[in-house]
Amino acid sequence: MSSLSVEHLLGIKYLKEADIQLIFETADHFKEVINRSIKKVPSLRDITIANIFFENSTRTRLSFELAEKRLSADIVNFSAAQSSVKKGETLIDTVNNILSMKVDMVVMRHPNPGAGVFLARHVKAAIVNAGDGAHEHPTQALLDSYSIREKLGDVAGKKVVIVGDILHSRVALSNIFALRLQGAKVKVCGPRTLLPKYIESLGIEVETDLRKALNWCDVANMLRIQSERMDMSYFPTTREYTQQFGINKALLNSLERDIVIMHPGPINRGVEITSDVADSKQSIILNQVENGVAIRMAVIYLLASKIK
Amino acid sequence: MSRKVLLTSKEIHIILHRLACQLLENHLEFKNTALIGIQPRGIFLARRLTGILKESYGVEHIDLGYLDITFFRDDFRRGDKTLEASSTRMDFLVEGRKVVLIDDVLYTGRSIRAALTAIQSFGRPSEIELLTLIDRRFSRHLPIQPNYKGRQVDAINEEKVLVHWEENNGKDVIYLVNK
Repeated sequence: MSSLSVEHLLGIKYLKEADIQLIFETADHFKEVINRSIKKVPSLRDITIANIFFENSTRTRLSFELAEKRLSADIVNFSAAQSSVKKGETLIDTVNNILSMKVDMVVMRHPNPGAGVFLARHVKAAIVNAGDGAHEHPTQALLDSYSIREKLGDVAGKKVVIVGDILHSRVALSNIFALRLQGAKVKVCGPRTLLPKYIESLGIEVETDLRKALNWCDVANMLRIQSERMDMSYFPTTREYTQQFGINKALLNSLERDIVIMHPGPINRGVEITSDVADSKQSIILNQVENGVAIRMAVIYLLASKIK
Repeated sequence: MSRKVLLTSKEIHIILHRLACQLLENHLEFKNTALIGIQPRGIFLARRLTGILKESYGVEHIDLGYLDITFFRDDFRRGDKTLEASSTRMDFLVEGRKVVLIDDVLYTGRSIRAALTAIQSFGRPSEIELLTLIDRRFSRHLPIQPNYKGRQVDAINEEKVLVHWEENNGKDVIYLVNK
């Protein structure tokens, strides 16, 4: 297969296994490109991309922007805070206005689940979902799997536990889809209140004892508590959460074998993960960030090649 | 579809040795020269020449690299297919050195144009030369000519030059295929 089966990247849910492999193989080449002394290729010089962020972001926005620049695309950035959205403009109007300035691709982060799907139906541009509410964050899941593949050689057959606030996490959902598609075994671990009610229906197991979960897995993906999405109290105190679901060096060292530690960022040091674990040899957190640029270059390149 | 043999295994063997000698004449010990095969097809020729130079002419060390030009091509989004990349491998610096680009067939010259841009990502070579096994001389879109050529061919646009190598097709042979 030499092209993606989709026109937009709205979620991992819409991808096939072969799409993921193609993205990874393309990312391998881009990873080599971004380690050259001149980290830029001219592939997308006639493509214009709008980065539309209705929610805050550091890593994802920078990573997309770098990926686009390294492919030589022209880019326009838009963040809702400084825009006419505050004056009551609808999403379609905002995007259509941007598109009438001849934009070919839209990278969008939005607080509402399904915003990307909605946009793909109504506007004429390739859409990349950079996170839609608590729904999906496909490029994060791709770079997570890519980092596992890089570290452990393969994703198939590996045991991955996702720890923390699964309920509010788009990273968790996209990761579950991506890992399952590639044949990995997945468990989620966290307080019952932060696990979605029907999570088992996705074919994964639930574990509420962190030590047991960590002893089972090859990779632990630690997630942050998404306080900004919480409208009520889900656990008594942060301190209690940390005691039960935070990973620290003593716990890591007491495990039966060495596991790989991942975190999609932003890290709340001392809450879900202590500094000595985040900065340990077993952590691949910064590799994830580096791989993010290569993965996003691959996604943008492959989608752009389908724009007629 | 008809095809006729353009070069047999024996002819290819002789040509490869001649090309190796011509390279040797200009670069002698290959101390300041790197050979770079253009992906995906040029790497077979580059590997062969390197092998001949080392085994038959006693060159001790040759820097051999593979350059992928996919992201530098000028036909992105012009066709139906996604352009698929191959790997680039350059374990040496090209800054200030002589570079010989190697590809099997020189046709429109667009691949070489892309390669000339791509190589700049690795530094500024002092000089770039071009070696091709087959030169389709009347088909050029750009003012690009080889410094070393195996055989010149006057093929029309409907014809295709097909290069088979022993290592991936079982036998060295070059065909002229009429589509």
